Amino acid sequence: MNLEEYKGIYVFIEQREGEIQNVAFELLGQARKLADQLNDKVYAMLFGHKIADKANALITHGADEVLLVDAPELKDYTTEPYAQAICQIIRERKPESLLIGATTIGRDLGPRVSARVGTGLTADCTKIEIGEKGEMLMTRPAFGGNLMATIICKNHRPQMGTVRPGVLFAMDADASRKGEIVNYEVKFDASKFRVKLLETVKEESDLIDITEAKILVSGGRGIGNKEGFTAMDGLAKTLDAEVSASRAMVDAGYIGHERQVGQTGKTVRPDLYFAFGISGAIQHVAGMEDSDLIIAVNKDKYAPIFQVADLGIVGDAKQIISKLTERLEK
Amino acid sequence: MKIVVCIKQVPDTTEIKIDPKTGTLIRDGVPSIMNPDDKSGLEMALQLKDENGAHVTVITMGPPQADLILREAYAMGVDRAIHLTDRKFAGADTLATSHALAGALRKIDFDLLITGRQAIDGDTAQVGPQIAEHLDLPQVSYLQDLKFDGVKTFTMKRHIEEGYQMLEVDAPCVVTVLSSANKARYMSVGGIVDAYQKEVEVWGFNEIEVDEANLGLKGSPTSVYKAFARGLKPAGELYEVETDEAVGIIINKLKEKFILN
Repeated sequence: MNLEEYKGIYVFIEQREGEIQNVAFELLGQARKLADQLNDKVYAMLFGHKIADKANALITHGADEVLLVDAPELKDYTTEPYAQAICQIIRERKPESLLIGATTIGRDLGPRVSARVGTGLTADCTKIEIGEKGEMLMTRPAFGGNLMATIICKNHRPQMGTVRPGVLFAMDADASRKGEIVNYEVKFDASKFRVKLLETVKEESDLIDITEAKILVSGGRGIGNKEGFTAMDGLAKTLDAEVSASRAMVDAGYIGHERQVGQTGKTVRPDLYFAFGISGAIQHVAGMEDSDLIIAVNKDKYAPIFQVADLGIVGDAKQIISKLTERLEK
Repeated sequence: MKIVVCIKQVPDTTEIKIDPKTGTLIRDGVPSIMNPDDKSGLEMALQLKDENGAHVTVITMGPPQADLILREAYAMGVDRAIHLTDRKFAGADTLATSHALAGALRKIDFDLLITGRQAIDGDTAQVGPQIAEHLDLPQVSYLQDLKFDGVKTFTMKRHIEEGYQMLEVDAPCVVTVLSSANKARYMSVGGIVDAYQKEVEVWGFNEIEVDEANLGLKGSPTSVYKAFARGLKPAGELYEVETDEAVGIIINKLKEKFILN
């Protein structure tokens, strides 16, 4: 393999029902930064059916070129048509690196593609940097988050990585950015399409994705009851935030599991995380410690949550919520 | 129906701690367990066996002590256990691991191959789909449930972020199962006793069908550049003041970080 032939940072643009997922914009933002350092280009691979109108947003968010594959086979995600499309692009365009969102789609597609082209794939990266020789240094947690490992893919291309939603940052749309939209033709081998999608069922409770929230107002035992959560809702509204909770509150039935933060819930990394009445068990902390700014309020000044908080207030969470809401509403 | 389940022995990561002085993992005294997703995959196979009748084989790749989870699988009710172990497999990343397992699976006849979605020591979720690719079989990952029509077709329920999908696929195929799919059964007392009398087949490179270049360290495109303990961030400011003052401190912080104007 002649590594010199491989150029460009390629981003898999995940869409569901024709809507581009936030993680795709986050990957584009990161790819843009890396490409600027490498003096290279960002290519967005947009797969779907009748989605051409979505291509321009990829350019304003950082892509230099959009490879648009518009085909009925790609309307909804199934592994094989998507794998064939990516693998044809890899063979024909020889990408230097390829980024995919670590969603239930990306984590299904990524390993299939990496095995087909015989290259390395680093799962669930939390950080991507450029090494001395221009190689990708992909850092990820291992051993349940106890250890961080930086992975390289020395002699194979593309260097593939998946990144969890909410970890990287999308750039602000820049309408002045110029780019090209290319209609890319994929030759499918339909004899390999062996999985048939019967239906996609949405469950109401899963519609809110707290990992996408910029601000989370999170509550634990110290919030006490249903009224406490109603008060948190009020605060969340003034900040355009979402409400989340520790496991205790989910188990008590005050809030749904889809809003649980922690090892058995979701990993979040908002700009701001409020921990109200949350003691800070390790399982909870593992799910939120990477938040940019953590403000914790707890009655117990020895609560472990204060060890990860940037700002800690020893006091009554309910009183603080009500006063803070009042002040913000003004 | 013939079912093969891939299982892995992993350290119980909920028990792992970091040595605060050296920043390294303390692995002493950490119990080894059958990976939770794999165990649910195994349970799914045993349920299919209970309902329809099936022959269930488990296979693991790993060092000699991984024998323990094969015995556990026997005690849960599997029919055959294979332990894949060879120095040539050492140092493998996910791709090289998938090649070794695929090499062994080429020697076994099956209708359904089950793996866990991911292992708790690496959390990559790669090996199942990679095996499927090497064997040119269709895959369904993040499996919550599956039904067999008794002839050749599976109806599968796959978890996705916003709910689930129903999919249809014919045997032979590969699925990766979530630990939330079921609650794995306990080993039976009689089964535990018998498990140690049963034969675990030990296979090495010579028993499988694979290109040696794809194995172990040589066959691994990825390598660890460095590993480090996650640094704890320094504790922030802590205030014990009246509510009004506390709220003022919070608001100032939000302004300082440009969250409020």
